[in-house]
Amino acid sequence: MSDKKTITFPVEATHVMMFRRSIGDYAVPDTGLEKAAVPPTFPRAVAQFDPDYHLRLKPGEAWFGSGKKPSGVEGKPSSAGGLHAEQHFEFLRPMVPGDVLSVTEHVGKTWEKESKRAGKLVFTERVQEFRDQKGELVCISRGVSVRTERPVDQK
Amino acid sequence: MRLKASQISVGDTFEDILVEDLKRTQLVMYSGTSGDYNPLHTDDIYCREAAGYPGVFAHGMLTMGMTGRVVTDRFGAENVKKYGVRFTNQVWPGDDLKGKAVVDAIRQENGETLIDMTITTTNQKGDVVLSGYATARAEK
Repeated sequence: MSDKKTITFPVEATHVMMFRRSIGDYAVPDTGLEKAAVPPTFPRAVAQFDPDYHLRLKPGEAWFGSGKKPSGVEGKPSSAGGLHAEQHFEFLRPMVPGDVLSVTEHVGKTWEKESKRAGKLVFTERVQEFRDQKGELVCISRGVSVRTERPVDQK
Repeated sequence: MRLKASQISVGDTFEDILVEDLKRTQLVMYSGTSGDYNPLHTDDIYCREAAGYPGVFAHGMLTMGMTGRVVTDRFGAENVKKYGVRFTNQVWPGDDLKGKAVVDAIRQENGETLIDMTITTTNQKGDVVLSGYATARAEK
């Protein structure tokens, strides 16, 4: 997501149903038609609606997962794409199926740290704001990703 | 079970088993719903032969999502005001995870009762894999 792009994020009941199952929550009605409550981590699923999201296969573009070879991209750093270090959500009101949200993102702080288990770490903060059709703020999501110098050592 | 404001005291601890013997299929399910198709979470060959990891590991957001149920099962997803975490260790297929929320404060704000909690998720070895906080509104 670039700095100024706005993404339209329709909050749909069936998507919420499948999302809830995927986090082990089977209390949601199976019909997918109920106005089931939206889990607080659901805003990250906006990735599905971002045409440029880098962690989804796109036709005609190299993909770093395996096919004929262990990776479809030569010479990528071993931790391609980075890891998720922190995530914070703040809700001004509940997100509900039927909302059609406008989402903007900006890059926040970046910083570095040395780690025994993964070498030099470069942290980047990204802030997303979710607004409803009236332009009112529904949620702020702040994620911190980290690029490691090498794979994280396993104890 | 939903908790009412009158049923909650500072120091209360809520604890749930989030998952036992985490399956790779659940990682695939989470990739599908979240849209995060990073092969680190679904592609063992990529992990071992290209990325230098022993195999696939869980999305941090899957652990955060599962942990969130400790709060949402008791207060309702629609009552969560804040939820934030740091991912402190990776989670692997086969792991057992336990989530815990401890009530730090109960306060009134704009006519609502808000519950501040410290959140911790540990694996079967007792290692903390996620630590954070949540604030939820308790119904009267």
